[in-house]
Amino acid sequence: MQQLSGGVFINIILMMLGGFIGSICRFYAGEWARGHLDARVPFGTLLINLLGCFFLGWLLTYASRKVQINERVVLFLGTGFTGSFTTFSAFSVETVILLDDGHFLWAAIYVLLSILLGLCFAIAGKALADSIFIRGGESE
Amino acid sequence: MIWLIGAGGAIGAAARYFLGAFINSRGKRDFPIGTWLVNITGSLLLGVLTGLYVFHYLPQWIWFLLGIGFCGAYTTFSTFSTENMALIEKSKYRLAMSYLISSVLIGILAAGAGYFLVVKLIG
Repeated sequence: MQQLSGGVFINIILMMLGGFIGSICRFYAGEWARGHLDARVPFGTLLINLLGCFFLGWLLTYASRKVQINERVVLFLGTGFTGSFTTFSAFSVETVILLDDGHFLWAAIYVLLSILLGLCFAIAGKALADSIFIRGGESE
Repeated sequence: MIWLIGAGGAIGAAARYFLGAFINSRGKRDFPIGTWLVNITGSLLLGVLTGLYVFHYLPQWIWFLLGIGFCGAYTTFSTFSTENMALIEKSKYRLAMSYLISSVLIGILAAGAGYFLVVKLIG
């Protein structure tokens, strides 16, 4: 952990602000999905998590290659916003509810889709960041 | 109402950040124990809250603050996926598999334990 200083205080505020915005975005995205995607599988959480995986895969790769990127950008957008936008607890509870309702097949589909597509989307985000650097010819 | 979600989310993000920083300060490991712990404890808590909410024992403002806000932001799926990706890239397949399977299995079991405990007690 960094030494405590005024800079760290600003880092924490930025990270919490990201969490504030990310959570509200998750709520609205979930509400939107509930109105538009009528299905047994909780597609709202799935969609939110996949979008977040793609973006974080991109951001972390981009930040690791771009020397001059501010660590505060990663704290705000990565740890704060994307970390709070995506969620694991809703995924777990939604799976429990599907199992409790006897929808065993849908529960299995939901879990497998979340895990496998989550990985694919993270890899795709990383690949996008890599391709930008290859095309742009920037050094690592 | 929406402010409650945001406030819970800000606190949840901070809790996740500080727990991760605390665990990292005690030595780096390959296994992402911070995210693992956050996702499982958050699943347990949301299971309890969902049980209470479904049976109308939880006022809506607490559900917004703690359920959607805090638990939603405290746990994270994007870091879980990118950490798995990083383990796979480093050819740590067994570690990636154990992280992935234990997170999902124990996470769902924890959520179920919390939910059914409440259902059993008050349902």
